[in-house]
Amino acid sequence: MSNSTSDQSDRKEQAPASSSRRNFLKGTGLAVGGLIVGGVAGNLIRPSTKNEPSPSAPSSPEVAEPVAVNYNQALMYFSQEQFKIVEAATERIFPKDDQGPGAQELGVAYFIDHQLAGQWGTNGREYMSGPFFAGETTQGYQGHLRRREIFDIALREMQNYSNEKYKKDFPKLTPEEQDAVLKAFESDEVKLTTISASGFLRTLITSTMEGVYADPLYGGNTSMDGWKMKNYPGTQMSYTDIIEKPEFVKIQPASLRDHMAQ
Amino acid sequence: MAKKLPKVDVVIVGVGWAGGIIASELTKAGLNCVGLERGKERKTEDYYMVHDELRYARRYEMFQDLSKETITFRPNEKIRALPMRSYGSFLLGDGLGGAGVHWNGMTFRFLPYDFEIRSKTIERYGKNKIPAGMTVQDWGITYDELEPYFDKFEKMTGLSGEVNPLGGKRSSDYPTPPMKVSPVMKLFLDASKKLNYHPFVMPSANLSTDYTNPDGIERAACQYCGYCERFGCEYGAKADPVVTVIPVAKNTGKFEIRTHSNVRRILHKDNKATGVMYIDMTTGEEIEQPADIVVVTSYVFSNVKLLLTSKIGKPYDPATGKGVVGKNYAYQVEAAAAVGFFESKEFNLYSGAGSMGVTIDDFNGDNFDHSNYEFIHGASISYSQSGNRPIANNTVPPDTPGWGQAFKSSSLKYYNRNVSVWAEGSCMPYQHHFLDLDTTYKDSFGDPLVRITFDFEERDKHMVKFMGDKCGEVLKGMGADQVVVYNEQGPYEITNYQSTHNTGGVIMGASPDTSAVNSYLQMWDMENLFVVGASAFAHNSGYNPTGTVGALAYRAADGILKYSKSGGSLV
Repeated sequence: MSNSTSDQSDRKEQAPASSSRRNFLKGTGLAVGGLIVGGVAGNLIRPSTKNEPSPSAPSSPEVAEPVAVNYNQALMYFSQEQFKIVEAATERIFPKDDQGPGAQELGVAYFIDHQLAGQWGTNGREYMSGPFFAGETTQGYQGHLRRREIFDIALREMQNYSNEKYKKDFPKLTPEEQDAVLKAFESDEVKLTTISASGFLRTLITSTMEGVYADPLYGGNTSMDGWKMKNYPGTQMSYTDIIEKPEFVKIQPASLRDHMAQ
Repeated sequence: MAKKLPKVDVVIVGVGWAGGIIASELTKAGLNCVGLERGKERKTEDYYMVHDELRYARRYEMFQDLSKETITFRPNEKIRALPMRSYGSFLLGDGLGGAGVHWNGMTFRFLPYDFEIRSKTIERYGKNKIPAGMTVQDWGITYDELEPYFDKFEKMTGLSGEVNPLGGKRSSDYPTPPMKVSPVMKLFLDASKKLNYHPFVMPSANLSTDYTNPDGIERAACQYCGYCERFGCEYGAKADPVVTVIPVAKNTGKFEIRTHSNVRRILHKDNKATGVMYIDMTTGEEIEQPADIVVVTSYVFSNVKLLLTSKIGKPYDPATGKGVVGKNYAYQVEAAAAVGFFESKEFNLYSGAGSMGVTIDDFNGDNFDHSNYEFIHGASISYSQSGNRPIANNTVPPDTPGWGQAFKSSSLKYYNRNVSVWAEGSCMPYQHHFLDLDTTYKDSFGDPLVRITFDFEERDKHMVKFMGDKCGEVLKGMGADQVVVYNEQGPYEITNYQSTHNTGGVIMGASPDTSAVNSYLQMWDMENLFVVGASAFAHNSGYNPTGTVGALAYRAADGILKYSKSGGSLV
């Protein structure tokens, strides 16, 4: 048969192999994770002594099960301050509720940070040559600022506006106050000299959706929980058997990690 | 000084559907062809990681790098044209196979009415039915003349589908059976039959079954994985040039493909093309490739750009309507649609295939009486289940906030419960819609960008109102609890994705006064130059264009073979 068919059978054979590799990696992660229990970024900076076993204490089975460290959760572009604003704002856009985690648990702020560090952040594959003129709305974005710069300006203003209005940084506001700030951006009540506040909010909403639902390889959609909430099965190689079915078929999601060759 | 290579029989500029078809037909007949492709090589093995919505659909992995080249746009001549800085309205292909790699596979034949639109409209409604400024014209070919080439394209791709009861006559049935029918497709079929319409399962280039085509190319059946448009197919099930015509051409030993080779000029002397000048993008070197015949098969914009920068053909002048290169630019009118929300049913909408769908043609072409309407032509109306991907699909009822708890809740709830019926609307040409070279903005070589002057017209508003209501009617019949009808056509926006069905600029026709190429897509002004693609469309129909592009490419290949033997004008 053709190449494409052998591709298909390759992939079927591949599944068990790659999941055993995943188990292997998970095992390695456990060992490493044991050394820094609870070691998320905040704790590294302000170590808490309360609930952590002292380094010299012998590990016992009663200690909370160590979680594999996610080394992907560090910053490529944002400052800590910017990161916290984005984490708080995206949580209001996609909040935790009884259906499942919100943006914060899903790693959306890390996702946005990592995206800004790459060519999306620098508009690397977009036409950024001059001259620059203001155009009609129908002609699309015509500014010379790149996404990174737009985030810098808008996040600074989000902090300033919060301090002006509530005398507190944005992450410290109540959820209701945070919503009010986001609404002030949405309605362009917040004025930014070079960019549109509502335009920024739209970008932030879109980026939040990307962080919630992109493959977890990008740092968001932690544990595929975004997909699980939505009953989206992630990457599946075939729906031939269910495509005609009248009833809804719920499938455990799979991610691109399953597609790695040995 | 450019490096000059030995002369070949034929040089092909751009290796997508048109270039691939031309290459396979000419090399099978014994001609030596060189294909120059500005992008990179592509193969099925590239797609192990293709189920990645962010990379492919949101970050435009497969498309032209706009930092190097884009287009400029203005709604009319009074407004300054500005560059399309990021993707929106349409997606430009790049690399081997071109846009033929990342399409959905919806493959229609334009209607007999399309090819004789001016004559047939006047015949039925009188001259006044065509408003002043609407430059519709006959294509210089009839459906019957083109039919064998449609047939050829369908057999090569292994097209599946049900015969359109309101379409043109067919010399044979589809080579493969229709795609599977999902429960939502069934709802559409039943509802539209009840309304006395004539539904059919959409013709699809996502193979419904394993298939061996007349060239001996074997391909496996579609798996309904839900990743077609903006993605390459990891099974080779979706017909694309890389898994169909290109290997056929290569197997002859007569087709040399040079990737990363960006053609900047068609070279010519005394009204004869002598070859092309291109840049090897890996070295920056300027190279001259002489050839007996030059075939330009890049996308609409690049076809127009190459002719204008190479000073071939008379540039179109919107003030007088004279000249041909850049004339009759058209698009697709996509605003008419309806979205239905189902409260008690959840469908498997994450599954699907690019062209797994159902269509009615009762309001397309001249299939209905337009006497009482202020528009000619129409739209196909379809439902297609192409796989709802989770970043793009957060459709919620209109009273829902755009973010926050209520949005989250609603977008999760309706993800597998919202269904769209949409109209693929035809687009008529106007004297003031055209393509030319921008006077300010340049590509990375310093050549001018192509400038689009285009907007939607009164005719489009009338048609969208009509079609949107029809979409809503079908959707209500399908049992949606809430139906939202979109039936207003606003101004054309370069920002929102609508369709990559840009057409015209190097149109075909019966006379050199009104068209750039004849019915074999041979330049009237330069007999050994052929310009192939949707650039030849004199207007755009109420369908996806690829079927007609494929047919025209087979027709052009026939013409080129004739020309290579006897020379001269083919008509």
